Amino acid sequence: MTSGPWQRMDLLARQLMPSMLTLVLVIINVVPLHIPGFSRVAPLLPLIAVYHWAAFRPRLLPAYAVFLIGLFQDILTGAPIGVNAFVFLAVYGAVLSQKRFFIGKSFFILWLGFSLIAAGASVISWVLVSAFHLTLVEPRTVFFQYLLTLGVFPAVAWLFLRWQRAFLRLD
Amino acid sequence: MRQGTKFVNRLAQPIKSLAQRFAFMGLLMAAFGMMILGKVDVLLMDSIRAHVTDAVAPILDVLSRPIDSVSKAVDHLRELADLRDENQRLRENQARLLQWQAVARNLEAENRILKGLLNYVPGPEPSFITGRVIADTGGAFAHGLILNAGARDGVVRGQAAITGDGLIGRVAGVGDRSARILLITDLNSRIPVLVGSERTRAILAGNNSDHPRLIHLASGETVSAGDRIITSGHGGAFPPGLPAGLVASVNDGGISVQPFVRRDRLEVVRLLDFGLAGILALPKPSADPKSNSKAGDHKGARARKP
Repeated sequence: MTSGPWQRMDLLARQLMPSMLTLVLVIINVVPLHIPGFSRVAPLLPLIAVYHWAAFRPRLLPAYAVFLIGLFQDILTGAPIGVNAFVFLAVYGAVLSQKRFFIGKSFFILWLGFSLIAAGASVISWVLVSAFHLTLVEPRTVFFQYLLTLGVFPAVAWLFLRWQRAFLRLD
Repeated sequence: MRQGTKFVNRLAQPIKSLAQRFAFMGLLMAAFGMMILGKVDVLLMDSIRAHVTDAVAPILDVLSRPIDSVSKAVDHLRELADLRDENQRLRENQARLLQWQAVARNLEAENRILKGLLNYVPGPEPSFITGRVIADTGGAFAHGLILNAGARDGVVRGQAAITGDGLIGRVAGVGDRSARILLITDLNSRIPVLVGSERTRAILAGNNSDHPRLIHLASGETVSAGDRIITSGHGGAFPPGLPAGLVASVNDGGISVQPFVRRDRLEVVRLLDFGLAGILALPKPSADPKSNSKAGDHKGARARKP
């Protein structure tokens, strides 16, 4: 394979895309939609992205990128800085350690896996934020946020799969 | 030789994965460390937040515009649909308000006379900084907004944020061109208020739900559902008299409050520039007029309240 400057840039772009897409999701997540009650339980789109890339292309989303994306999420959403960095990394590590489980599995199984891991992520973040504020944070909103995240997972994951097939076939 | 490379490979693989695992654990520890650091050094975290938010503000500004337009269009259609009912309601309202206007005129005249008798010194007139909501942040763990007005428009930490309906929160962090608003429903929000016509003192405390609570009522004082809540101005944080909400219910679990402002409706927010900061910022009489005129050149529209 020849590696002219264009090819190298192309390769670099392909390698950066998952991280960049996840960053974009963090930003999209906070755009005001003016839907009553929605912003409190808005689905955690970046969590879906971290799960997806960890399951399919962990090399394209290294751990330090997950850490930075988590920090960015904390900074933008006003959560205690470090909480989402921790949670995203935990999700990333959990998926990587079960990588064999995800290979070649149907979409439904992937969804099921996400439902378990996202539940764990919700509990961890609830515990961390409650500990940070030294008070019990309202658990109901966390639960509804979890349900909504679960609900939009197929749509977001489908988009990622399409994108992956279109751009990453060489990989 | 081949066996040698094989051996090296066999040795390198676990070392590599060990190193990766070590790096991963290191990042986890770093994330945890950031949380503890955030608990210890709040100011540092706030300034990091302000800088990053500033960098993203232009993107958010652009992204939020089309959605604002769409939501306006939807509102428009909805308004068209119940124009007749709305008209009826407004007519009734107007009749009621005309009575109130007469009362207010009488009171105003009386007030003026009484103030004249007492040599009353009026408080400082607040001026406004207006910003557009470019991000509705938080989710389950924090309730906040990001505005597209910042330090260069005269936004200062601690200013009260209001809309036409009432108080929504205060400025928690200021970047150069963006500001972060902590809503009154956030867990960290504590605002001294007066309740009802008795003007009972209390603290309006957010709890991350839609209904903040009233705490620290003076013993023996009671409030009842429907009482109006206004800011008291105690502690010098907020101007007094800003409407904040109504007492929604009183029971054993506490006093729950319905805020006047609906979060999903927020598009434009006014920040009240008032009080101490305004007085301190006034140029000394000996200061050269140049700096004075520069201060008026701010990009953000600053209008004196009529």
